[in-house]
Amino acid sequence: MTSTRLTSLSGKRRVLILRSLIIRSIRTFFFDHGFFEVETPLRIKAPAPEQNIDPVSSDGWFLAASPELQMKELLSAGFGPVFQITRSFRKNERGRLHLPEFTILEWYRVNDDYLSLMRDLEQLIRYIAKDLLIYPNIKSHGNKVDISCEWERIAVEDAFYRFAGWRPGPYPDAFCFDKAMAEDIEPNLGLSRPVFIYDYPVSMASLARQNPDNPGTAERFELYIAGIELANGFSELIDPKEQRRRFKDEIKKRQEMGKNDCLMPENFLESMSSMPPSAGVALGIDRLVMLFSNSEIIDNVVAFTPEIL
Amino acid sequence: MYESGDLKKGLKIEIDGEPYAIIQFQFVKPGKGQALYKCKLKNMITGTQFDRTYRSGEKFNEANLEERQMEYLYYDGENYCFMNTSTYDQESLTKDQVGDIINFLKENIVLDILFFKDQAIGLTLPNFIELRVTEAEPWAKGDTTSGSTKGVTLETGYVIQVPPFVQKDELLRIDTRTCEYVERVKE
Repeated sequence: MTSTRLTSLSGKRRVLILRSLIIRSIRTFFFDHGFFEVETPLRIKAPAPEQNIDPVSSDGWFLAASPELQMKELLSAGFGPVFQITRSFRKNERGRLHLPEFTILEWYRVNDDYLSLMRDLEQLIRYIAKDLLIYPNIKSHGNKVDISCEWERIAVEDAFYRFAGWRPGPYPDAFCFDKAMAEDIEPNLGLSRPVFIYDYPVSMASLARQNPDNPGTAERFELYIAGIELANGFSELIDPKEQRRRFKDEIKKRQEMGKNDCLMPENFLESMSSMPPSAGVALGIDRLVMLFSNSEIIDNVVAFTPEIL
Repeated sequence: MYESGDLKKGLKIEIDGEPYAIIQFQFVKPGKGQALYKCKLKNMITGTQFDRTYRSGEKFNEANLEERQMEYLYYDGENYCFMNTSTYDQESLTKDQVGDIINFLKENIVLDILFFKDQAIGLTLPNFIELRVTEAEPWAKGDTTSGSTKGVTLETGYVIQVPPFVQKDELLRIDTRTCEYVERVKE
């Protein structure tokens, strides 16, 4: 039994070396662009209440489902552009693209909006590909994705209309929206060049700012390459009253599902009154490694999955 | 009782009073959206298949399945008849229900019949069975090319690939999961 485990681990050597080179590349990119790296706790008292993210409890507190709230507190305290590479934990998430413990890259810009993050992503991924000598085509899942050409930008409304045949509006039925997204839209995104889909219905972006030019939508985007959702970012909501109202709403939705585990993140809400206009994005490093190593499943890009521990 | 989070390939659940096997499974969760459990389901009685996507928190009854050892008796031209050797109860299965197992079905063989709520719906063979060769080309002496095989006919009529030295009337052990020859059985 032991030898099968070790054989499987040795088989991952090439991909795990690539993984470490990717992470080195990411750090270099951000330092060269004037960011500095921060660390926030893995164990926190009150994660952001989100309807569809189940936090893992830890001795009365929780393991962070993302470093978002503490990183934003640093922005409120006057820290400039910052990035972090850390672990995040989400209960009951396990599949081809999901691990309950995964590695996340998150970065924030001050006095900028989501458009600047999309430009960061273009530059970052091209930079890594050049560094690894796999520029300009990423081969993944039978697709050849050219990352050197202009990346496509499609509004969520238009993506729905194009691939699912209907328009979601500001308050779509959550199940219909998610099902169409997972089955009709995502598998078609970013097959020949990367795609940003942007301006989500307000009901699908609890921490994002509403788009003043497009009411009913929030300034949130997702990046897809080869059908894989790689990054989620937005212009930050910085109004503490509105944020509290949205958190209450999320807590209520969780309670309706029988989940009474969420506390209001009071310290975060208090700090928000000093928060500058900013924008932040999270990228799944495991999925990025999947893309660069042409791996079919996330299991191939980490040494240990929960099943073999 | 199962919940959405328990769903996986191979699980057998009851839907609208009928047993279904999950033959393909995928967990998906679009960004910030809810967890979805995509299943391809196969009706274990009719064989029909369909796709269904469940959300988290849904509940499922386990399909009430039971296996009983029975002996294969005969084919009556329409159905395959089996008998429980302790109670002498008889059950029959259609050609469709027997499927590919027909290739290895020999009279008096003992196997597991699958029941759903006391109705026979399928069968599984033991992992290894022994069958006799009824037709085989003679072994061309000297043909020792490694990896070369030839087809021989078994007593059930099935043609199987074997090493060149296998001869007519020999008894072979066969792995019914892979439908492959394992070895010759000494008598």
